[in-house]
Amino acid sequence: MDILDVKNLSVTFDTPDGDVHAVRDVSFRLGAGKTLAIVGESGSGKSQTAFGILGLLPKNGHASGSVRYMGEEILNLPEAEMNKYRANKIAMIFQDPMTSLNPYMRISKQLTEVLVYHKGMGKREALRESIRMLEAVRIPDAASRVHMYPHEFSGGMRQRVMIAMSLLCGPKLLIADEPTTALDVTVQAEIIDVLIDLQEDLGMAIILITHDMAIVAGTCEDTLVMFGGNVMEYRPTIDLFETPQHPYTKGLLEAVPRLDRDVKTLSTVSYGFLEGDEK
Amino acid sequence: MNDTILSVRNMKVYFDVRDDAAGGIFPKTKKLKAVDGVSFDLKAGETLGIVGESGCGKSTLARAIIRLVTATAGEAIWMGRDLLKLSNADMLAVRKDIQMIFQDPLASLNPRMTCGEIIAEPLKTHFKGMKKAERREKVCAMLEKVGMDPAVINRYPHEFSGGQCQRIGIARALITNPKLIICDEPVSALDVSVQAQVVNLLMQLQADLGISLLFIAHDLSVVKHISQRIMVLYFGNVVEIGSADQVINHPAHTYTKKLISSVPIPDPAIEIERRKIRRQKRAAALG
Repeated sequence: MDILDVKNLSVTFDTPDGDVHAVRDVSFRLGAGKTLAIVGESGSGKSQTAFGILGLLPKNGHASGSVRYMGEEILNLPEAEMNKYRANKIAMIFQDPMTSLNPYMRISKQLTEVLVYHKGMGKREALRESIRMLEAVRIPDAASRVHMYPHEFSGGMRQRVMIAMSLLCGPKLLIADEPTTALDVTVQAEIIDVLIDLQEDLGMAIILITHDMAIVAGTCEDTLVMFGGNVMEYRPTIDLFETPQHPYTKGLLEAVPRLDRDVKTLSTVSYGFLEGDEK
Repeated sequence: MNDTILSVRNMKVYFDVRDDAAGGIFPKTKKLKAVDGVSFDLKAGETLGIVGESGCGKSTLARAIIRLVTATAGEAIWMGRDLLKLSNADMLAVRKDIQMIFQDPLASLNPRMTCGEIIAEPLKTHFKGMKKAERREKVCAMLEKVGMDPAVINRYPHEFSGGQCQRIGIARALITNPKLIICDEPVSALDVSVQAQVVNLLMQLQADLGISLLFIAHDLSVVKHISQRIMVLYFGNVVEIGSADQVINHPAHTYTKKLISSVPIPDPAIEIERRKIRRQKRAAALG
């Protein structure tokens, strides 16, 4: 059975200037242990798709359509019901790890809290489990660093802490929203490697939200390209890179200079495909 | 070489920072060596890319050259004169020839000034005698040169997209006919489709006008695309400098090699293979 089955998901915001359709009719399926990339530029609706799935939209946002987790409908569940899914079954990590960690709390407290709340563990057992997870994301000297505060960690180490925290309860699905965008490129490679290695060990499915086609290439089985809230293309990654069908996908791939190739001028994305769409 | 326009010799920029480890009642300071003995030459019409990770000193180096921060030691020889020793009045005259483009396109434009006023401001500083009508004419011509409609001259920065704001920043830098433009992460805040447009614009303007560029960025792929030569910085030191081809395809330093192997390539087959190699290296390092 699919871990996640999203059908015709739409996200709309009420604003003083009228309704804004951030996401329109997005559908995809994600099997256990698989990885899906959602790629798009700023404003394409890629993050709002994830927020819609997890019920994290602000008050003026509405999601419609269907989101099934292991066959059960979870879209627009009451908050109390939804909290049983969050962290426990579906976890999420964000772009900026510092804003997702509480600066006043030691890492140990923030990690063990998750296990005590969701799994009913005792404090000592929770701490042991937390240290084990920090080791899994390759934080050196985890047993002593677990007692530090977030500001004592570098950006890459903080993101590792976030990954460890999100995986504590053994979720079947991890949504990673631009997890490496704020990081240096050497750190980015390490974090992506950690994520993929952990996925192979723990078998969770991943939705990777990013603007960077190059990251998608090596990590995800399927890729979904979004523009202006619409799905432009949704295919296996290898096919999508080899023979991009949509002019927007083609444009995105050609607009980025490549380290292994030389081109005189970068081609720019042409938005000619929009003219047929607009009514 | 006689066509060298800028020659930086042994540039050092140290900052005093509080030393928390020192202890004692009174705070002690220690030196943070942001730039620690950097030397390079830049030729007329050449693009030198400067890459490195956050905190490696690439922006500080650029700022020290045009004296936005004070260098601790070293020389920056511009057309035979050391910029670091010039009087303020002389430095102002040189600033006409060395302009800068910044990372955040919106934050680097004054929100209370129109696009026309922003681009005309360097003219007011450096060409005091210029008539208003002539200034306006120049601004309109410059807007066209950077690919914008001169009709937008009375609009404010918030009315433009990120890419357009960066074009305005480029127009402002070009209006004094500079010989060198220092670009500090000019495309890293832009979406990839817009990034391609701005990179193309910079390369085309350079070909047309023969200006030199110091192109600072953390994205090695972009730097390789735009630069003839590349300098790699690491903790304030130059670890490698050479032609773009040599640095990218035949890196000599281990740090450069690590940097290159970390840059993702948009090709599934290549990327999966590279990850395998990284994993083997990690396993080997662990023993």
